[in-house]
Amino acid sequence: MKIGRVSGTVVSTINSPIFDGQRLLLCDYLTPTGEPTGGYVIAVDTVQAGPGETVLILDEGTAARQIMGVTTGPIRAMVVGVIDEVALG
Amino acid sequence: MQLGRVIGTVVATTQTPNLDGVRFLIVQPLTRDGDPTGRPVVAADGIAMAGPGEMIYFVGSREAAQAMPETFVPVDHAIVGIVDQLATRPLPAKKRPARRAKK
Repeated sequence: MKIGRVSGTVVSTINSPIFDGQRLLLCDYLTPTGEPTGGYVIAVDTVQAGPGETVLILDEGTAARQIMGVTTGPIRAMVVGVIDEVALG
Repeated sequence: MQLGRVIGTVVATTQTPNLDGVRFLIVQPLTRDGDPTGRPVVAADGIAMAGPGEMIYFVGSREAAQAMPETFVPVDHAIVGIVDQLATRPLPAKKRPARRAKK
């Protein structure tokens, strides 16, 4: 799993059926110290995360489909937690 | 999933049988701000509605095949949605390294 920050939303009406009714968040990946790495991902929201929040991102398809309760579907990245604090060392 | 822009189409007459009817488009990956980044890829159109010029989002790797009606197909990038609206915050400005005093 990876750490990211919610930086926006993606709105889409024409999409694969698995995304119907789902919120899509654009998340910038962060280093453990909170600096943007330059990478980003579009992830399905499962925890009602809002813009600016630091979140835990799952990037694995089978686990994502398990959370969605489906066996097939083109889904991989998912926001699965809102991070309160990261302690290093 | 990543953002991309459809910049072309690919037509293949001879292909693996279970790819019949699948549309292939050339997709330029985009940064979070919508700027082109990296090399274009050929992606299958998982929604059968994307066209040149449109901003889309696509999925890579194993999940790409699952966007297709027949899921056991040799596809490694697939378009799974058309972007209607993208609302993003700018990245925080990078901290400048401390300036050295001039000699």
